[in-house]
Amino acid sequence: MTNQSIDYSPPPQKEPTRRDFLLLTTGALGAAGAACFAWPFIDSMNPAADVLAQSSIDVDLSPIPAGQAITVVWRGKPIFVRHRTPEEIKAAEQAPLNELIDPETDQARVQKGHDQWLIVVGICTHLGCIPTGNKPTQNRGKYGGWACPCHGSLYDTSGRVRRGPAPLNLAIPPYAFVKPTLIRIGTKEVAHG
Amino acid sequence: MDSVTKIVRWIDYRLPIFSFMDHALREYPTPRNLNYWWNFGSLAGITLVLMILSGIFLAMHYDPNTHEAFNSVEYIMRNVNFGWFMRYMHANGATMFFIVVYIHMFRGLYYGSYKSPREVLWILGVIILLLMMATAFMGYVLPWGQMSYWGATVITNLFSVFPFGEGIVEWLWGGFSVDAPTLNRFFVLHYLLPFLIIGVVILHLVALHQHGSNNPLGIERKEPRDSIPFHPYYTVKDLFGLGVFSLVWAYFIFFNPDFFGEPDNYIPANPLVTPPHIVPEWYFLPFYAILRSIPNKLFGVIAMFSAVMILFFVPWLDRSKVRSAAFRPIYKWVFWGFVVDCFILGFVGAHSPDDVYANLGGLSNQFLGQVTTLIYFAFFLLALPLLGLYEKTRPLPTSLSTPVLQNMNKTPAMILFLLFSVGQLTSLNASDTPPLPHQEWSFLGPTGTFDRTDLQHGFQIYKQVCATCHGLEHVRFRDLAALGYNAEEIKAIAAEHRVEALNDTGDIIERPCLPTDKFPNPYKNEQAGRAANNGAMPPDLSLMVKARAGGANYIDALLTGYEATPPKDIELAEGMYYNLYFPGNQIAMPPPLTEGLVTYDDGSKPSINQMAHDVVTFLAWTAEPELEARKRLGYKVLIYFIVFTGLMYFLMKRIWARVE
Ligand code: FES
Repeated sequence: MTNQSIDYSPPPQKEPTRRDFLLLTTGALGAAGAACFAWPFIDSMNPAADVLAQSSIDVDLSPIPAGQAITVVWRGKPIFVRHRTPEEIKAAEQAPLNELIDPETDQARVQKGHDQWLIVVGICTHLGCIPTGNKPTQNRGKYGGWACPCHGSLYDTSGRVRRGPAPLNLAIPPYAFVKPTLIRIGTKEVAHG
Repeated sequence: MDSVTKIVRWIDYRLPIFSFMDHALREYPTPRNLNYWWNFGSLAGITLVLMILSGIFLAMHYDPNTHEAFNSVEYIMRNVNFGWFMRYMHANGATMFFIVVYIHMFRGLYYGSYKSPREVLWILGVIILLLMMATAFMGYVLPWGQMSYWGATVITNLFSVFPFGEGIVEWLWGGFSVDAPTLNRFFVLHYLLPFLIIGVVILHLVALHQHGSNNPLGIERKEPRDSIPFHPYYTVKDLFGLGVFSLVWAYFIFFNPDFFGEPDNYIPANPLVTPPHIVPEWYFLPFYAILRSIPNKLFGVIAMFSAVMILFFVPWLDRSKVRSAAFRPIYKWVFWGFVVDCFILGFVGAHSPDDVYANLGGLSNQFLGQVTTLIYFAFFLLALPLLGLYEKTRPLPTSLSTPVLQNMNKTPAMILFLLFSVGQLTSLNASDTPPLPHQEWSFLGPTGTFDRTDLQHGFQIYKQVCATCHGLEHVRFRDLAALGYNAEEIKAIAAEHRVEALNDTGDIIERPCLPTDKFPNPYKNEQAGRAANNGAMPPDLSLMVKARAGGANYIDALLTGYEATPPKDIELAEGMYYNLYFPGNQIAMPPPLTEGLVTYDDGSKPSINQMAHDVVTFLAWTAEPELEARKRLGYKVLIYFIVFTGLMYFLMKRIWARVE
């Protein structure tokens, strides 16, 4: 066997030839094809159709006593549904905005006319632990909302972070009042897909 | 020198990965005269990579547990994004892989690529084939359908012929039958073996690059001009081949995905009932035929294993000094005869041993199998050694570059001859049912879609008639959106059904179904179903159209094939009904459709035939809800590969113009 073969490489050329054009086109086509081919595999790791379809749950508010919260599961996440007392509402409304880590008014976090109901995603915005404080007997921290057991973040009665390390307020899931005592969390309808 | 080059140099000095790739994929001197049969090596490599890729993503969703395996495959098909694409790609990929590898091996046999100094190269290839067979077999078990289960049972039982066979088989099973431990270990091994294959493929390539490729003339290269660099000549040729190959593969994925599959594998595994015809996947059929043609368990198994193992000895069985069949006038014919023999063996394997061939003078399938088995071994044990001694070969050319007087290329003629000989075989098997009448179906053909009115009517019939006894366990109410119902309608339909649920105090209550629920089963459990139906469990209908040979035509024929008065010579058993198309003609299901049974929304009262047509359309949809999306995507993919292949062809012609 031989290791030298003759040089079949093209002679040096001055201007772009038809072959360069052909090469470029094929290269572009190949790259586009590879990208399209990768997509089904990447997308297969996204939530499957049935997971997406678990998009809404109804929660009956009537059994929740004032001063307490319950946890419901929506899309695999804990949602805190809290029945606030008038004092808690007042404390939340009167907190000075400039003292907040993530400034937001209480009105922006509840629905108009339903001040007593605070609905938040019960996941600490630091690194994902579940804060305590749904029951009055649990540690609620000095702001009366929730306290995260992992690294000590504290939340107030509006679910706003008042002491770090968490950077953001507890998130608000999409929800709507169907009746004054019934909410639907996750209102998007997902068809078959 | 720009910084990228610098980094490359720095690494390469310490780890010569770049010079290695440069040598292996770019400058690697390759014979200038390789024909298209040499494309299949690279195709096999690419297929291996694609199989591993699709397999890894499937494994992310698959559940190797006997209760969930079948359902998780259906879950992949129906819920995972592009799940049907990945599964059909993987299932048809096994077929593609074997086609490519078999052609690659036949190529080696024809051109004598296993002869000195390439014996080890060939042996490594046979090891890859063995690993592939093991991998494919275990992969076929994973969907946990009837064929999976019984295939696993039969193949593992082969080992019972060896000394301590019982012990070996129980060790393979991890129990006293194929069961949960078997499935779990097969899954693990099915995931592991492809990586071993990669290892052997690397050795195969190292061995290949040691002496370079063989070539159609079968003589060694002597002058520098006999060789050309691998890139761009063979990269572009391989890419062109890849384009053509992708077209074929894509056709099966998108337009005929169950072509190579068995309907029975859409029935969940049942350890108590063996399907009437069990056959392995097509790529094992010749070996299966050899196993069956020998009427002795021990010798049958030995013959089957020998049929593969004999490949290891081919480099020494073939005594001819001349490599390429182009210069071996007798071997050339013997070779094509051997190819035909392999095809016939495959055909024999696919049919019952009791079948007979009318156009071969009433020859039995069993006998045909024995003759072809004999020819199979005679090729290796007689033809290869003896031809080497007695064949008068034609003079060899002196170099690759001296033009050889090619007599007309006979390959296409040979292939036609091959197809013709196999096509001559039509087996007759005694059947108790007449051929199925053919119906017009809106969803058939490459552009077919489900007729929405038929679907909705069919659903109404399912709801009012079939649902009393038959479940639809893989379908969720929200899936009905595909029938044209809106969210509110689906909610209302779901709420008509009830499922069991736990309330806050832990009691079992019944609540109305939600759109995300599956169709509830009409019976609480299998025992209840059997008790209510004379011992016969009404099967789930989700996959029925895919799970019966004949598909939609069969279900339609069954629904309309009842006869109130059976022929005189038939004695109906207690509680059975006479049906022209049901295997055995006696069916436990009473005639489900009667004139005037339902009224459609438009006020019409459908005939029995119309009702059957509508409900079968609906069931075809429950079996293949992805059908429309699949064909739509299929067209885009086909167009892409047509353009890709065309461009590659032009590029190849231009690049090769310099050599020719
Ligand atoms: S996760 Fe809550 S404070 Fe760190």
